[in-house]
Amino acid sequence: MIAYLIRRILYAIPILIGVNLLTFALFFVVNTPDDMARMQLGVKRVTADAIDKWKQQRGYDQPLMFNASAAGTDTITHTIFWQKSASMFVLEFGYSDDGRSIGNEIVQRMTSSLAIALPTFLIGLFAYVSFALLMTLFRGTTLDMAGVALCVFLMSVSGLFYIIGGQFLVSKLWHLVPISGYANGWESCKFIVLPIVIGVVSGIGSSSRWYRTIFLEEMSKDYVRTARAKGLSELRVLFTHVLKNAMIPILTGVVVVIPLLFMGSLLTESFFGIPGLGSYTIDAINAQDFSVVRAMVFLGSLLYIVGLILTDISYTLVDPRVRLS
Amino acid sequence: MSFMPVMLWSDALVFLIIAVLLASAFVIRRRAHLLLPWRRVANSRMAMVSLLILSLFVLVGWLDTLHFRAALPAQNSLGKVYSTEVLSVFDVLVTPLRTHTEKTYSAPFALTLFAKESFTDAEGQVRRDYPRLQFGGAHLSDEAQRGRDVLQRASLGGLAGLLIGILACVAWAYLPRRSGQSLAQRCPIYALVSVLLTTTLLGAVCNLATVYHVLGTDKVGIDVLYLSLKSIRTGLIIGTVTTLVTLPLALFLGVAAGYFRGWVDDVIQYVYTVLSSIPSVLLIAAAVLMMQVTIDTHPHWFATSASRADLRLVFLCLILGMTSWTGLCRLLRGETLKLREMEYIQAAQAFGVSDLRILSRHIIPNVMHIILIAVVMDFSGLVLAEAVLSYVGVGVDPSMISFGTMINGARQEMGREPMVWWSLAAAFWFMLVLVLAANLFADAVRDAFDPRMNRT
Repeated sequence: MIAYLIRRILYAIPILIGVNLLTFALFFVVNTPDDMARMQLGVKRVTADAIDKWKQQRGYDQPLMFNASAAGTDTITHTIFWQKSASMFVLEFGYSDDGRSIGNEIVQRMTSSLAIALPTFLIGLFAYVSFALLMTLFRGTTLDMAGVALCVFLMSVSGLFYIIGGQFLVSKLWHLVPISGYANGWESCKFIVLPIVIGVVSGIGSSSRWYRTIFLEEMSKDYVRTARAKGLSELRVLFTHVLKNAMIPILTGVVVVIPLLFMGSLLTESFFGIPGLGSYTIDAINAQDFSVVRAMVFLGSLLYIVGLILTDISYTLVDPRVRLS
Repeated sequence: MSFMPVMLWSDALVFLIIAVLLASAFVIRRRAHLLLPWRRVANSRMAMVSLLILSLFVLVGWLDTLHFRAALPAQNSLGKVYSTEVLSVFDVLVTPLRTHTEKTYSAPFALTLFAKESFTDAEGQVRRDYPRLQFGGAHLSDEAQRGRDVLQRASLGGLAGLLIGILACVAWAYLPRRSGQSLAQRCPIYALVSVLLTTTLLGAVCNLATVYHVLGTDKVGIDVLYLSLKSIRTGLIIGTVTTLVTLPLALFLGVAAGYFRGWVDDVIQYVYTVLSSIPSVLLIAAAVLMMQVTIDTHPHWFATSASRADLRLVFLCLILGMTSWTGLCRLLRGETLKLREMEYIQAAQAFGVSDLRILSRHIIPNVMHIILIAVVMDFSGLVLAEAVLSYVGVGVDPSMISFGTMINGARQEMGREPMVWWSLAAAFWFMLVLVLAANLFADAVRDAFDPRMNRT
């Protein structure tokens, strides 16, 4: 198990290098720092001095990958690639355009992202699986048909409308909770209830339908027939046999998103004014703050890879047949 | 000529898609085993009703794709000068909708603007009142007549639509049909009902839209119905052109990885693991930001603002395609790995058939159903993604009419009292109908093509 984990972690390194090279190419090779400076300072009437100053302030006044004018190891370390891109491997994200440390911002904003994302995830998972089990229990009946129709309808509505509609109904018409905002500690409850509810509701359609397909596929297997032949009740078959066996396909889709919860949801956070990583990213996109977007891309892939490894570990927990070696 | 045809990049790609579709329809028609699953789709009521609605959307989108620039009236010796405004055939068809612009917001079927204005009356007194609209209900003298007028026009238009629908159905029924097909098979009741309902509704809306703003007007007074109809093209292009990028990448790389294995497989797997490990919204955001820098620093590339917005749309499709091929690629790789161990493939290899021929004759036709299912299932997701990306600020050009920009514009008015709800409602219903129809159709296609479905 330990050997397997070490191998997996080592295998993640080339992928992270690939991500790093890709973002580097995207941000510095497709458009040179000169282009970015011109864009940020206004396309027309930019003097060469202003561009040089902009580059110097942000540390972009170095060669891309190879510094011929330096000596020794400096030929590699005094480059944009080394200082801006490779440094992310030691979680050194540098500074955003307004001069703040990106690493500090990430640490500060992580908790508010989690405060929304974690409950949404847990309640959502429970709700979707229960709804899917209910549909499976009544499969083939009108109730099941109505459930599937509801799911297809719900998944055809854009996520934007769930948020807009929820804010309008709950906050504006019924005045139950504030439209947006955030507070620290327990006072934040009234702010995070609505985003969580909306997050859960907006996922019902596609997730429940997906889980229902998984359960139905398990239902057609031989062990279910055996269990029924032994005289087990339908409920017992569903909950102890089908649910356990359906864990593997469910975990495949679910565990991988757990680490990404740190990143929050872009839409929810920006609509509800929650100071998490999602709204941080949106603000950076709107302000065209490339260093923040670059840091987020790297952090996102790092967390995704952690999620993949966690998925493998979770398989061993639910299925004794799986051995990692 | 009084106009100059304009072929934008996205138009060219749309024509390419149409050509591919026609060619595949031609091939499928002649092969009974390929036609069979499509017959199953045709027998599904849900699929056919969805198809009716989808084809209406596609018709609007297609008419909106035939672009041209009108000639300006000749002034001097400059010769022919063309307007910088790019119009489409659809714009010409709905000229009343396009040209009836008011000053600012007005509610659906309203006779007056949404906000009060001050003006001086005949006696020199300054009054504040809701000014009358320039076009919306301009033929009426006061509000009391409106209800009757709307009803009258709606029923007249609906009746005309119904008649056209009946004529179309009769014509369809008397077209030469396959031998052994009865009239009831040709024109089932549900099809008649849905066609007639659609034409009646269309007739009523068409008749009303010439004199009212059926869905109100937006901030700068443009008819919301016009905006919604124009958004259809953007949504459809995002949903279809993206496929043009996704398909070749996923097909060739997936099949090659599964068939050749070894280092080819390693390299391709590495590439798609790297791409899929970046959260897609962030990758799209990063790529769109970079593309925006390129577009902004090269303003001389574009003759009209429409061509700039259009290039951004095509780039967006390209980027969406680059980020979404990995899932399909993985599926195809797995299926090819399974197929290459089949006896008939081994037999072909033993006979010395070349790899290229094995791939094109034996492997690719056998993974086609996976591709088809993936393409139709992805469509609705892409239409929804457009709205979200435009909201985040990395979607289509702000000057391009799309569901995302409509929602974005309307959202800023959420705080107004009373609320400006009609833009949101229009975007909501149009998107819901389009995506729902696409989802239902995709389900029917999946059921018909998926070999794992047991049919009795």
